[in-house]
Amino acid sequence: MTQTNDVSAMTFIDPHIHMTARTTYDYMVLREYGVVAIIEPSFWMGQPRTSAGSFKDYFSSLVGWERFRAAQFGIRHYCTISLNPKEANNPEIADEVMDLLPMFACKEGVVAIGEIGYDEMTPAEDKYFGLQLELAKEVDKPVLVHTPHRNKKEGTSRSMDVCTEYGVDPAKVIIDHANEETAKEVLDRGFWAAFSIYPKTKMGNQRMVELVRQYGCDRIIVDSAADWGLSDPLAVPKTAQLMAEMGIPAEHIRKVCYENALSAYGQSGEMKETDWTNPPAVDQRQLYDGNSVLRGQQPVTDSKELASLLIE
Amino acid sequence: MTSSTDILPANISLANISQANIPQAKALLYRWLQQQIPAERLAWLDNRLKQLAEKGAADRLLFTTFSSVPRYTTKADLSLTDADLREADSIRAGWLPNGWSLDQAGRTLLLLSLPDKAAESYQASIEKLFSAADVSEQIALYQSLPLLPHPHLFVARAAEGLRTSMTAVFNAIALNNPFPGDHFEQLAWNQMVLKAVFVESPLHLIQQLDRRANPELARMLSDYAHERWAAKREVTPELWRLIGPFLNDQFISDIERALNLPSKEQQLAAAIACAQSSLPAAQKLLSQHPAAKAEIADRQLDWDKFSQQYLAA
Repeated sequence: MTQTNDVSAMTFIDPHIHMTARTTYDYMVLREYGVVAIIEPSFWMGQPRTSAGSFKDYFSSLVGWERFRAAQFGIRHYCTISLNPKEANNPEIADEVMDLLPMFACKEGVVAIGEIGYDEMTPAEDKYFGLQLELAKEVDKPVLVHTPHRNKKEGTSRSMDVCTEYGVDPAKVIIDHANEETAKEVLDRGFWAAFSIYPKTKMGNQRMVELVRQYGCDRIIVDSAADWGLSDPLAVPKTAQLMAEMGIPAEHIRKVCYENALSAYGQSGEMKETDWTNPPAVDQRQLYDGNSVLRGQQPVTDSKELASLLIE
Repeated sequence: MTSSTDILPANISLANISQANIPQAKALLYRWLQQQIPAERLAWLDNRLKQLAEKGAADRLLFTTFSSVPRYTTKADLSLTDADLREADSIRAGWLPNGWSLDQAGRTLLLLSLPDKAAESYQASIEKLFSAADVSEQIALYQSLPLLPHPHLFVARAAEGLRTSMTAVFNAIALNNPFPGDHFEQLAWNQMVLKAVFVESPLHLIQQLDRRANPELARMLSDYAHERWAAKREVTPELWRLIGPFLNDQFISDIERALNLPSKEQQLAAAIACAQSSLPAAQKLLSQHPAAKAEIADRQLDWDKFSQQYLAA
């Protein structure tokens, strides 16, 4: 008889999920499945923005409305701020966006500069990657690196080279969208390796189980990268459950689905476990409205209500 | 020509708006921070405030300082005595900081420390902070409005703030804040109260609630009650507080309905509303509830006591 490996009582962090593109129903279900905190990285919105003002409103919504919306369901919302690699290629607005970043980089709950890095590895991407690494050093924040979908292996290596060139400590850099081809180098070089469990494109969760079997749990982070595409906001709890069923020790599951994200992004000084286990009284009064969810009790809203035929 | 909606409060005029004594407000906020924050952390704030006062509000310094305040003050609650609260109220009538946290006090002190001689550039700096504020910053900014210099420049901002979907931000303007009662014209006031009902915020925490009651608002709230009842939903008993002073043939049937609801809160609130009215029909309804009538006559039941007993959070 193997020891019971029950994940139903575990709590999780999804350190990469674009909630702006998700519904309120997702927040409810996330909380039911034990997700207590999420990080929403700044990225593009599925189509290019045409003015810097759109970025400003996007950043404002990440630190404003989206944080409040999450709080209503007992979920702590954090974010990262950046000019993303795709839109670094728009010279019309890139510099103006760079001027906006310092306004937002020091806000409460901003845990990193990111997603930055490469999409097509153009000279413009190089330029703004470097400038934002400088910003990260200046404001003393971790860095979230988006590795490209095409030409991933070279893009990943070069991203790490650039971080090193700029003197950014690998222990403060999360290399995201890693896979079997890039994991070893990322870990060997001392960076955090994040894996996005995203159907059909990035990483599947059975493959993830094998990666954890092979590399253990140090500096490995599981996320969903869920967005407006065919993605799964429950990727982290589902992967945890699959790991449990496939015999990964509970302590390792806890590391890759909770603790490592907290350690990596906690370096910002903006993310602490007590934020959700014992939030300041003022937040309980104003943001959570005395919400019992925070104390691990019954969720405010039950997703089963939505499954009911009756709408009242 | 007179209009029934033309009832702006007689004792409010733009020449006589409430205004904080700013040096005293700053001194008091500083004293509270000093009592609860270690000296080396307060030194950071001193230094930044000095820079901001000297150099004016250079964007980057202003934004990073305003955002960084909680890191140095923490978000612990201000611990205030009754004497503190009395002093606050004497500096700005209606200023009620008993639900404030240290970072909110620190941020308010910062807003009051910016150069403010030139009204428009002061307004521009504050508006810049609003335009990129995170949720906690928005709460701090709106809570601070009654203390700011040039308050008339922020009336539109406060009305804009009420359009938020974040209840916590809405409450920072609407509840425990003298700014709306002092500065809003009737349309904004009525929308604020109606929205407070919609988002289920307690009306009794709205300052000057009774003084700003008006027949137009009473009509809106009566319509609201009818919509709710049609949908088989309940309404807050606090509605009757704002309808009572304007009872007429139309509203009296709402009150009668509330008196006949099974909820004790509804019955008592409707009874107090009847007592507010000189309409014979209202007095007749009240007579049918002698226990409540006696309590009201003995001053055992009024809106304040009702709120304390039945609506306290």
